[in-house]
Amino acid sequence: MDALIALGEWFAVPLRFEFVQRALVVSVVAGVVCAVLSCWMTLVGWSLMGDAVSHAVLPGVVLSYVFGLPFALGALVFGAGSVALIGVVNRTSRVKEDAVIGVVFTAMFALGLVLISRVPSQTDLGHILFGNVLGVSDADILQVLLLAAVVLAVTWYKHRDLTMYAFDPVHAHAIGLNPRLLETLLLGLLSVTVVVALQAVGIILVVAMVIIPGATAYLLTDRFERMLVISTGVAVMAAVVGVLASFHLNASTGGCIVLAQAGAFTLAYLFSPRQGVLFKGRAARTLRTRLVRHPDHTR
Amino acid sequence: MTAAIELNGITVRYGDVLALDDVHLSVAPGRVCGLLGMNGSGKSTLFKALLGLVPTDHGRIRILGRSSATARRKGLLGYVPQSEQVDWAFPVQVHDVVMMGRYAHMGPRRRPRAADREAVDHALRRTGLTELAGRQIGALSGGQRKRAFVARALAQGPDVLLLDEPFTGVDKRSEKTITELLLQLRLAGHTLLVSTHDLAQVPTLCDEAVLLQNRVIAHGPPEQVLEPDVLLESFGINPDQEETWTR
Repeated sequence: MDALIALGEWFAVPLRFEFVQRALVVSVVAGVVCAVLSCWMTLVGWSLMGDAVSHAVLPGVVLSYVFGLPFALGALVFGAGSVALIGVVNRTSRVKEDAVIGVVFTAMFALGLVLISRVPSQTDLGHILFGNVLGVSDADILQVLLLAAVVLAVTWYKHRDLTMYAFDPVHAHAIGLNPRLLETLLLGLLSVTVVVALQAVGIILVVAMVIIPGATAYLLTDRFERMLVISTGVAVMAAVVGVLASFHLNASTGGCIVLAQAGAFTLAYLFSPRQGVLFKGRAARTLRTRLVRHPDHTR
Repeated sequence: MTAAIELNGITVRYGDVLALDDVHLSVAPGRVCGLLGMNGSGKSTLFKALLGLVPTDHGRIRILGRSSATARRKGLLGYVPQSEQVDWAFPVQVHDVVMMGRYAHMGPRRRPRAADREAVDHALRRTGLTELAGRQIGALSGGQRKRAFVARALAQGPDVLLLDEPFTGVDKRSEKTITELLLQLRLAGHTLLVSTHDLAQVPTLCDEAVLLQNRVIAHGPPEQVLEPDVLLESFGINPDQEETWTR
């Protein structure tokens, strides 16, 4: 009983503070948006692209502060611009895509570092890199909510096309749809999502938010719809646990959120009924028994 | 009469490698044409060229008298991929895969209507996959997997269907089902281009056959193209040694 009360207190005490409430709103909303997108990111194999886009927005964020524009605007321009640049260099040179991504995002990030050190502004490098969710302003919250609504609306409207693109772009092409357009749409959604998540965990850890929930869900189900649900659930729980833990431990909020996600992934990796490494042996034995009974399934 | 598939002097290069060299090929509507050739003979490249996936150096491609892009937009072209090109671990059900054949018939949200559901159910029945519609695709046998993609093509209903190695890794029962389905499609007036290394299938299934070795070596009735002399002359191989005929 005492333990239950203590647990209740652990959750309730921080919630009395307004800054914790605001941090929770931003983290949960960012977590949900990232989680939804992470399902496609995992399946298409774009984790490096997520890393690239998040780092490349740095100069955009700095310039936005300098010119007094909403931070999301500059971040979007540089995020989408880098994606386009990666595409152009990839198509027009013999350098492989992962190398092009490596060149473009580090160059953009470096440009951001130089700008911060030379341009007078109120920007705190630490806040951009590692997030400052305990100090978000009303304007920041509004931007996060707006962009999150846009991403969720577009993915809801186009989710079947995006899944087909991820599964079989050649088929999409063959039936007269435009896979290049769907790829661009997914990259655009990634750029906006990264901007949403910046507020919660900062540039460095954004990539975790757009990969871990989807990867965790992928270990737990064979159905895409369930993947979306599980991924979102993981992200929401990680946001709540992460924010509250960071309050109690007086530790980095972004770090706590991502650690909570990584914890969920580890549990799925170890204990997933079908994919978990601890059960793989058992699953293989069951399969062998099935194969003996139904030899038709040998191929 | 307009040819269903027409390649006129098609040349495709990958860097310095000449994948297709001045390929001329014409297949009349309602015919089944077998595409034969060894590994690296350009069969897959020929499919890609027909689908508009690789740029061609020279020549002209016509599908039922239209450019590849127009044919694709009008839903005239269907494609059944090789097994190696599919991500079998993808979290998608057999039913969903077959439904993807209907996407071009739907609105922008791709919400299936009654007609789409019917087409999918019908395609699943014809391929004998109704019972397995709820399975994740990777949980199917090799033959069932192929049938799922043939079902997707059936649901789409294109006039010209390209099948890349539909008999590879397939058990006898699925082989029979697929052959019967393809023959039914021919009866219904569809044109099929089928790449295969299963030479035994060719006379039962195909009206004509093409031997490809980066260029067209022979084109004609199967029994003529499969003459041991022709094969031996073209490839220096014996048709009984089937294992050399991979992709």
